[in-house]
Amino acid sequence: MTATDRKPEVVENGAASSRATRLLGDRRLPVLVTAALFLAMYGGGLRRYANYGFGEPQVFLNLFIDNGYLLVAAIGATFVIMSGGIDLSVGSMIGFTTMFTAWLVERQGLPLVLVVPLALGVGAFGGFLMGYVIHNFEIQPFIVTLAGLFLFRGLCLVISKESISIGDASVGTLAQTRVPLGVGELSIGALVALAVLGAAYYVLHYTRFGRRVYAVGGNEQSALLMGLPMGGTKIAVYTVSGFCSALAGLLFMLYIQSGDPLHAIGMELDAIAAVVIGGTLLTGGSGYVLGTLFGVLVLGLIKSLITFEGTLSSWWTKIATGVLLCAFILIQRTMTARRKT
Amino acid sequence: MTTTPRWRALTRHHLFWPVAVLIALLIVNVPFTPDFFSVKMTDGHLYGSLVSIVLFGSPLILVAVGMTLVIATGGIDLSVGAVVAITGALTCSYISDQTDQNALSVVFLAMGVGLVAAVVCGLWNGFLVARMGIQPIIATLIIMVAGRGVAQLITDGQIITIHSEPYKLIGGGYWLTLPFSIFVVAAVVAVTVLLTRRTALGLLVESVGGNAEASRLVGIRSTRIKIMVYVFCALCAGIAGLMISSNTSAADGNNAGLWIELDAILAVVIGGTALTGGRFSIGGTVVGALVIQTLTTTIYTIGVPTQTNLVFKAAVVIVVCLLQSPKFREKVFGARRSRNLTDPAPAEPVLPAAAAPKPPKTSTEVSR
Repeated sequence: MTATDRKPEVVENGAASSRATRLLGDRRLPVLVTAALFLAMYGGGLRRYANYGFGEPQVFLNLFIDNGYLLVAAIGATFVIMSGGIDLSVGSMIGFTTMFTAWLVERQGLPLVLVVPLALGVGAFGGFLMGYVIHNFEIQPFIVTLAGLFLFRGLCLVISKESISIGDASVGTLAQTRVPLGVGELSIGALVALAVLGAAYYVLHYTRFGRRVYAVGGNEQSALLMGLPMGGTKIAVYTVSGFCSALAGLLFMLYIQSGDPLHAIGMELDAIAAVVIGGTLLTGGSGYVLGTLFGVLVLGLIKSLITFEGTLSSWWTKIATGVLLCAFILIQRTMTARRKT
Repeated sequence: MTTTPRWRALTRHHLFWPVAVLIALLIVNVPFTPDFFSVKMTDGHLYGSLVSIVLFGSPLILVAVGMTLVIATGGIDLSVGAVVAITGALTCSYISDQTDQNALSVVFLAMGVGLVAAVVCGLWNGFLVARMGIQPIIATLIIMVAGRGVAQLITDGQIITIHSEPYKLIGGGYWLTLPFSIFVVAAVVAVTVLLTRRTALGLLVESVGGNAEASRLVGIRSTRIKIMVYVFCALCAGIAGLMISSNTSAADGNNAGLWIELDAILAVVIGGTALTGGRFSIGGTVVGALVIQTLTTTIYTIGVPTQTNLVFKAAVVIVVCLLQSPKFREKVFGARRSRNLTDPAPAEPVLPAAAAPKPPKTSTEVSR
C-alpha cells in the first residue's frame, strides 16, 4: 500500500533527489549507518570519559574480549537470518555447551583436546537436526528452534542443577593467555571470534554456498526454480548456526570459567538484535557479516559506556538496545519501501 | 479401511488431536496419583489437581487467547512476556506507594494504570505492524527486548512486595468456591468467542490473515483490524500480568512472565491454529494451554525430576508439531493414505500428496 502511495513523489522529485534515492537504495547503507553510529558513540565516549582512560586502545580491544562469544553467536545467527529463517536456540545451545564441557572436564576428567571437538560436534549435530526437521517436514523455523531452546536448556538442567566451576589447569591457562598486539592485548577467545568472522566473510561472499544462502533468503521459489539445492542449503545454514553457538559456548566457558544451567538465557535476542542493528534484513537475502561485527561492537560499546558512566543501572542496556533496534528496523523499512518503487 | 464415517469425522475435527493429547496426559497421572480426578471441598474452597491445573494455567490461557487472534492475522506477538512484567511492575509500584493498600479505589486505579500501559504497548506494536508494515516478529521484538528494561526501571531493579487484600483476589483469591482467576479467564474467553464467532469480527480477522491486501481491496479496514488485535493481545497479557503479580503479591521486573510468549505460541500451535494465519480456534488454544499446564503438573506428580521438565516440554512440542505437519503425516502414514485415496478415485492419482492434507481443512470450515 505504502509502495503505491509513494510512487508519484519519487517520480516528481526525479533528478534532484536521484542521488539521495540511490544512497537510500544502497544495500550498504545500513552497515555504514551502524559503523557511523559506532564511531559517533566511541567519539562521544572519548570526549566524556577522556580522564577515565576511555581513550586507551585496550578499552577498544576489550570490546572484542568481552563480546567474542556474542560475535560468534551473532555470526551463526547472520547465516540463518540471511537465509530467511530464525534460530531461537542460540542462547540455550551456549548454556548447554558451557554445562556439557564443564561436566566432561570436571566430572569425567576428559582432556580439553577431546572435549572441544565433541562439544562442537554436538552443537553442529543439534543444528543439523533442527534444519532437517525444518526442511523435510515444513514446520516453521520459529517453532522448531523454540523446541530446540527448551530441549537444550532442559539438557543443561539434566546434567546438573548446580553450576560447575572449572578448576582445570589447561582451561585456566587458556583463559588467561593474552596475545600482545602492540598497543594492547587480546584473549584467545577474541582471536577465535575474529578468525570465525574472517571465515564467515569468505564463505558468505566468495563461495557458492554463500551465494545460495543469499538466493534462498531472497526468494525461495526462485532459488528452487533456478535449481539450487534448497534443502541442503537450509540444513547447512542451521548446522552452521548450531556449530557457531557451540563455539560461542566454548568461548563463553573460557570467559567465565564455569558451567551453569542459567548461562546465556536470552542471548539469542542479543544475537538477533546485533544482526538487525548490523543491517541484515530479517526477511533474508540482504546483509553483510561485517554489519554483524558492527552490531556486536555497538551493543558492547553500550555496555562499556554504561560501566564508565557508573551511575546508570544495567537495565538501561536493555532499553538502549530496544531503542537502537527500533531505529534500525525503521531505517530498513524505509529502505525496502524505496527499493520496491 | 474399517473405520466408520462417524469415527473419521471425529478424528478430523480440528479439536480432536489437542483434546486427545490432553486426555492422554490426564490419564497418565492416574497410576501415580489414584485420586487425581477427585475434587475435595475444604474451607469452602474446592481443591484438587484439576482445579489447580486451571488455576495455574489461567495466565497462560489469557495470553494464549490474545495471541490466537494475533496469529490469526498472520502476525505474532513476542512482547507479551514484557507486557506482563510492565503491567505487574506498574500496578504493584502504584499500590506500594499508597498509604492504604487495602482501599478498593487504590486497587482499581492501580489496575487501570497497569492496563493502560499494556494497551499503549499494544498500540505501539499495532502501529509498527499495521501502519509501518514491519514484520510482526521484528516489530514486537523491540518491546520484548526493551520492555523488561522498562519494567526493571519502574521497580528500580527490586522485587516490590505489596500487602493488599483486594488485589490478592484476582490472582490468588476464591469466589463461589472456585479460584477467582478462573472466572476472569472464563469471562475473557466468553467475550472473545462471542465477539469473534457471533459477529463478523472473527471472519474479518481471518480474512486479514488470509490475505491482508485482498481484504483491504474488498473494503475491510485491515489496518484497524490488525491494530485492534495487537491491542487486545496486549490487554490480555496485561490482565495476566495482574494475575501473576497478585498471586505472588510481588512484582519482579526480571522474571514475571518470563518465556510466557513462547508457551503461549506453543499453546496456540497445539490448539491447531496455523502460524501462517487466516484461521483460528479459540477453543483449541484453551485446550492447548491446558495441555501445557497439565504437562507441567504431570511432570511433578509422576515423580520425574523437575529439571527434566524442559526436555519433556521440548519432546511434546516436537511430537505435536510433527503430527500437525502434513508432510510428516504423509511420509509416515502416507503409503497407507495415498493408496486409500487412489483406489476409490483413480481419476486424480496425480495429486495424492496434495489431496491428503486437504480434507481436515474443509471439515473445520463446515464445522463452523
